[in-house]
Amino acid sequence: MSAVVEHHDHDHGPKKGLTRWLFTTNHKDIGTLYLWFSFLMFLTGGAMAMGIRAELFEPGLQLLDPIKYNQLVTMHGLIMIFGGVMPAFVGLANWLIPMQIGAPDMALPRMNNLSFWLLPSAFTILLSTAFMEGGMPGFGWTFYAPLSTNYPNIAYFVFAIHIMGISSIMGSINVIVTIMNMRAPGITLMKMPLFVWSWLITAYLLIAVMPVLAGAVTMLLMDAYFGTSFFDAAGGGDPVLFQHIFWFFGHPEVYIMILPAFGITSHIISTFSRKPLFGHASMVYAMVSIAVLSFVVWAHHMFTVGMPLVAELFFMWATMLIAIPTGVKVFNWVATIFKGSITYETPMLFAIAFVVLFTIGGFSGLMLAITPADFQYHDTYFVVAHFHYVLVPGAVFSIMAAVYYWLPKWTGNMYDETMGKLHFWLSFIGVNVTFFPQHFVGLAGMPRRYADYALQFAEWNAISSIGAFLFGASQLLFLYIVVKSVFAGKKATAQVWDGARGLEWTVASPAPYHTFEIPPKITKSTKV
Amino acid sequence: MATESKSPEKYYIPDQSRVPIIFAVAALFAGFGAASAVQGNGTTILYMGLVAVIATMAYWWYLVTKESQAGLDTPQLNNSYVYGMAWFIFSEVMFFFAFFGALFYIRTIAIPWLGGEGPTAKGLAGELLWPEFEATWPPMITPEESLLGENAITKGPDESMYLKSFSSVLTWLPLWNTIVLLSSSGTVHFAHVALKQNNRKRFNFWLAITVFLAFVFVILQALEYYEAYAHLGLTLNSGVYGTTFFMLTGFHGMHVLIGGIFLLTQLVRSSGFKHFSEKEHFGFEAASWYWHFVDVVWVCLFLFVYIL
Repeated sequence: MSAVVEHHDHDHGPKKGLTRWLFTTNHKDIGTLYLWFSFLMFLTGGAMAMGIRAELFEPGLQLLDPIKYNQLVTMHGLIMIFGGVMPAFVGLANWLIPMQIGAPDMALPRMNNLSFWLLPSAFTILLSTAFMEGGMPGFGWTFYAPLSTNYPNIAYFVFAIHIMGISSIMGSINVIVTIMNMRAPGITLMKMPLFVWSWLITAYLLIAVMPVLAGAVTMLLMDAYFGTSFFDAAGGGDPVLFQHIFWFFGHPEVYIMILPAFGITSHIISTFSRKPLFGHASMVYAMVSIAVLSFVVWAHHMFTVGMPLVAELFFMWATMLIAIPTGVKVFNWVATIFKGSITYETPMLFAIAFVVLFTIGGFSGLMLAITPADFQYHDTYFVVAHFHYVLVPGAVFSIMAAVYYWLPKWTGNMYDETMGKLHFWLSFIGVNVTFFPQHFVGLAGMPRRYADYALQFAEWNAISSIGAFLFGASQLLFLYIVVKSVFAGKKATAQVWDGARGLEWTVASPAPYHTFEIPPKITKSTKV
Repeated sequence: MATESKSPEKYYIPDQSRVPIIFAVAALFAGFGAASAVQGNGTTILYMGLVAVIATMAYWWYLVTKESQAGLDTPQLNNSYVYGMAWFIFSEVMFFFAFFGALFYIRTIAIPWLGGEGPTAKGLAGELLWPEFEATWPPMITPEESLLGENAITKGPDESMYLKSFSSVLTWLPLWNTIVLLSSSGTVHFAHVALKQNNRKRFNFWLAITVFLAFVFVILQALEYYEAYAHLGLTLNSGVYGTTFFMLTGFHGMHVLIGGIFLLTQLVRSSGFKHFSEKEHFGFEAASWYWHFVDVVWVCLFLFVYIL
């Protein structure tokens, strides 16, 4: 019995060496692990994107054969979603939620460590297929049956997804339990910072849909290797069923990758406008509405698959409804900026770019939601442009904004503002040069997921590739800036940004290894 | 000494632990091994991984139990476990939701469309692809079989598990299974009541009955599967009926087994180690929640897989 008790109370700093990271139960360490892992995956998936854009630089087949091309496209998608964006947000949740609600740590610290370490295991399994006969999955990240059920090595893909799912579910349970159970007395639900709110909703979505994804890959595995007929019409099943199950997961998944970005943007815009956020409560209600609606719009990904007219109409209207809460959010951000005393530090630049470019991605989403129009747009580069606009200058920009915004709190050093601004402008130009032309080639009819294309798309594709190389290269600058700020830089004050509100700014920079072992006192005047 | 480190204000944050990363490595072996086994590349890695996963999980729970007995659970930590378990069960609900969703889609959309109804071009699939296929539930003849007869790869079952396939309701195992599982939900509740009245003897008695019923259910289901394979020609490969029947009841059966082991662990804790008091017994409560969840899933199964 004593062995259990002995260790825990007199041990306040981090352990030395590698074991600190392997065995840690500290939310800040785990957050750091998540963030570095996601950056590694971001570079891996990014390298694949560079390969894709190099192939598409001019018509004809240059570097890759069509199978390798499809494998790169598939792995790029899987790695960026499950390895890049999602773990980055979990990393931010780990770092910030306990500090923002005045908790000593996450509610279930050992499970927290497990949630992280399952990810390298899962990606080892997924990437091991690169060294096998038959190679990596090449059926697109959506792995539609029956293409996927007839593909080599899908069992490795299936079990990798299972482990990622377990990791996500455990991580989300941890987030919800932390938020529900660990808030300092006085932080009522409606007083909760918006990043915390956004993660509460995200975690709920994750727990609701990751098991559905697990079901989908299980059915796939059974169909592929055990002779079941879920997606096989010869036995009475239906390949369209796969799409329904997949997108029942897939659409909430889209919001899983954007809701935390909403939270981050709200904090940053309010800080650098030096005004409290306009419409805190309506932001919460908007996120809840978006989450609820996300469960009833999935079939807008499948308008061309052959559904009854009633279903097409229902999913069209339901999808368009999402524009309302999203509009509320954009309105509130703009209203927060309005008449603020604004300064344009790097996080603010990324946040403003987020609002503008995410809105562009949202508008192209509205275009895609119109069923008859979607018959033209479906599976073209217009779709690629749309979801890259919401994911790259959307989710990824918000993650970068968050890193710049909270980095001084994490490392105790200010990052290099000039270099940060340079990184922003290079990324901003790069991302638009890459993805804006894809709207044009898409509307002109260029299909996605092909290694080659017709001659008339050549110019815009060349431009798009140049933009992609610029964007890719500028992320090395980001790496340099972050590493530099870990080791050196102007010392940051506890407050860091003069307009910042929230409990995390009340502790020293860098934040002590353990914060809020005793809950902070929250009074009416405390800004949370 | 247990009480020394316990202060009501302070939440217990465990020290560094090796267990999680060992679990993650075990999961790597289990996952990679499972994939290799499925693709026919040998089962050694899978078994290594599974043993490691189970051993790590057992050790982890042993550790948590030990900490709880050492008095480290503040009411707040206990609350974390309560919330955690509730959300875990919600995730399980959603897993079954995917399979029930598949069943409903197949029954109300896929089969009728294959039989000749259609969303836009009425009868297209039926007329052009499977002109002879008749939309019934359960489909005793698969679309492929309607076209190729004996040469089809995916053939329907000879008999279904619906009551109509059985001469007498007494030989219909699902009914007995329902009785067993519903009673076990009652007995686990009696156990809970006994525990709250601090009557350990009665608690152990009712919990033992519950565990017994759990394993009776598993045995009956094994018998049912044997019947299906040996006498009804109903297998995992009997078209979409066999697929949904075995996947739904199979995953449920697995959960019954897990729930049974979960309850058995609580029985051993109570009878062997005198754990639990009338106030603090969340290990048992979590097991009983899980048990009620398994029970509810069965009621849905009984309705939608065996009766309707």
